[in-house]
Amino acid sequence: MSKCDLNIDVHHLTRVEGHGDIHVKVKNGKLVEAKWQVVETPRYFEAMVKGLSIDLAPILTARICGICSIGHALASFRAIERAMGVEVPKLAQKLRLLAKHGETLQSHILHVFFLAAPDFMNVGSVLPIVKSHPEVAALAVKLKGLANDMCDLIAGRTTHPVSIAIGGFSSVPKRESLESLRDRIKETLPEIVTTAEFFKTIPMPDFVRETEFVSLRGVNHYPWIGGDLISTDGVVKPENDYLAMTNEYVVDFTTTKFTKLSRESFAAGALARFNNNHHYLYPEAREMAEDLGLRAVNHNPFMNNVAQIVESYHVMLESIDMINELLDDDFSDVRAAFEIKAGKGVGAVEVPRGILYHSYELDDTGVVQKANCIIPTTQNNANIHHDLPELVKLEVSKGRSEEDITKLCEMLVRSYDPCISCSVH
Amino acid sequence: MKYLGLGPQKPKVGVFDFTCCEGCELQLANKETTLVDFLSLMEIVNFREISSDKGDDYEIALIEGSISRADEIERLKKIRERAKVLVAIGTCACFGGINSLKNRYPIDEVNREVYGEMPKETLEVKPVKEYVQVDLAIPGCPINKAEVERIIVDVVTKAEIKFPKYPVCVECKQHINTCLFDLGQFCLGPVTQAGCDAVCTSGKMGCLGCRGPFEAPNFEAFFDIAKEKGFSKDYIKERLSFFNAFSEVKDV
Repeated sequence: MSKCDLNIDVHHLTRVEGHGDIHVKVKNGKLVEAKWQVVETPRYFEAMVKGLSIDLAPILTARICGICSIGHALASFRAIERAMGVEVPKLAQKLRLLAKHGETLQSHILHVFFLAAPDFMNVGSVLPIVKSHPEVAALAVKLKGLANDMCDLIAGRTTHPVSIAIGGFSSVPKRESLESLRDRIKETLPEIVTTAEFFKTIPMPDFVRETEFVSLRGVNHYPWIGGDLISTDGVVKPENDYLAMTNEYVVDFTTTKFTKLSRESFAAGALARFNNNHHYLYPEAREMAEDLGLRAVNHNPFMNNVAQIVESYHVMLESIDMINELLDDDFSDVRAAFEIKAGKGVGAVEVPRGILYHSYELDDTGVVQKANCIIPTTQNNANIHHDLPELVKLEVSKGRSEEDITKLCEMLVRSYDPCISCSVH
Repeated sequence: MKYLGLGPQKPKVGVFDFTCCEGCELQLANKETTLVDFLSLMEIVNFREISSDKGDDYEIALIEGSISRADEIERLKKIRERAKVLVAIGTCACFGGINSLKNRYPIDEVNREVYGEMPKETLEVKPVKEYVQVDLAIPGCPINKAEVERIIVDVVTKAEIKFPKYPVCVECKQHINTCLFDLGQFCLGPVTQAGCDAVCTSGKMGCLGCRGPFEAPNFEAFFDIAKEKGFSKDYIKERLSFFNAFSEVKDV
């Protein structure tokens, strides 16, 4: 063990959504402190949504996040629909999942290329990559362009959707548009395969900390919207018991809350979904995972980057099949009629960064009385906080420089693809 | 973009976020077909969400988000001192946006609701213009990238910056949409500044006025018609205050 001193102080970590700081102190080769401090200004969504009419609630809570607003809207609609006992027609359910797949692809590609890749290519942002590796930038532009157009088509807009409504959809895409979307996804499949080949040449940092992974539990399919909750430590709970799955608590040094389950922290996200549900991936996506060295249960947080690429492939493949099924439908039933009534409902949705819960209590006039939103990054913040000291100890024992360790700490946080303003909301 | 073989002078740009969802910044990295051209118009020296460069030598500062904590006021004032041009982007920066819904309740109550016995530091939500001079405001929740591209080109080429002088209704009609009032829905399109390409109403979601009032809104007539269509005063008020973009309207 080298007798080094470290004083790492990363103020407002870059290339992540929101504001967080990393503090590490090592004295004489001994770890004194390693801390993940979220300093984001809280927005108080649970208080803001109180007293609002239900149709405005999903419009408001979608705005928790600028990246995964479709996921937030879907969790919000699901919670409201379950509170009032609204059955969403099959076709609308499928369209919602398709919109979500667009968002998953959009968000994963944004993270993998724009936020994470610059670290692996030793540059400060994606901008120099456009010049030095135009072929890599072209992959990102093509895949992200497809994903955004997919969201625009199904949800009316990528950031803050407009055509999803209580009971289903207020407006649906034309058949021809769906056909051309399907063809474009098919044509773009080689781009995601090339992306995987490119990332195969980039070794992920070797760091393992045994972790509990929480996600939705798949039944016949890789899970995205609703269902039971599961953890790699063997916990299974129904959707309505989300509070027992998250055990959220307030901590004094950070504006985010923390969560825990069987251990002091747990992880959610692409790697958690993969670890719990990898057997439901499309065979091609499973093969891609194998090829990239991703095997369940994987405890290396940096492999979340790889899991995102695998999931991107999966959602593209599933979207093609889903559009084919949609085209067999006559589109006559896209929205269920409903009556406003009092009730309580929970909506759990797997958004790009992990499992998201919205819960509302409504009165009989359709006004929100109480709300709770538990965000994937809120769940991951404690895990990041507990990963950091282990990573620092490991790297100090290898005699790495302060500069290298700082970069690795930053990369560790980025690998969770944190959405910090969401986590504080 | 070249004229007589000369490219435009590239202004140095910084992008900064405050109390918000960062969705507006994200729009700057969207619209992939024109993204490279758009970025070639400027030199981005500070854009934390996508870049580790932290330059302080920006001429144009794009500000996203509303202001709700003391440290944000300080940071905003510093940015104002350094920037030649300060642009508020998005409804939160321009009007306070959805975050202003917090202002309906006392701060203590809001804090207790979310953090229980461990309250966090927070202030009443205000738009950027309450604290510093704003040279240009581009509203929208989120901003419309096409409009931002057009405005940035105008800024770079020093052309006159123009906003539509008509309401969302005009753009909605260009899409040949059925009026949402005729479908029994409420919509603020008749009084709201256009420029969004009527994206919400085209998805059959009534306009909630994220871009604020257009140049000459006839509120009185609008409220009369809305009430005639069966929408109550409280209903109209709730929608009008959603983005806090119509705060000058005191009663409906």
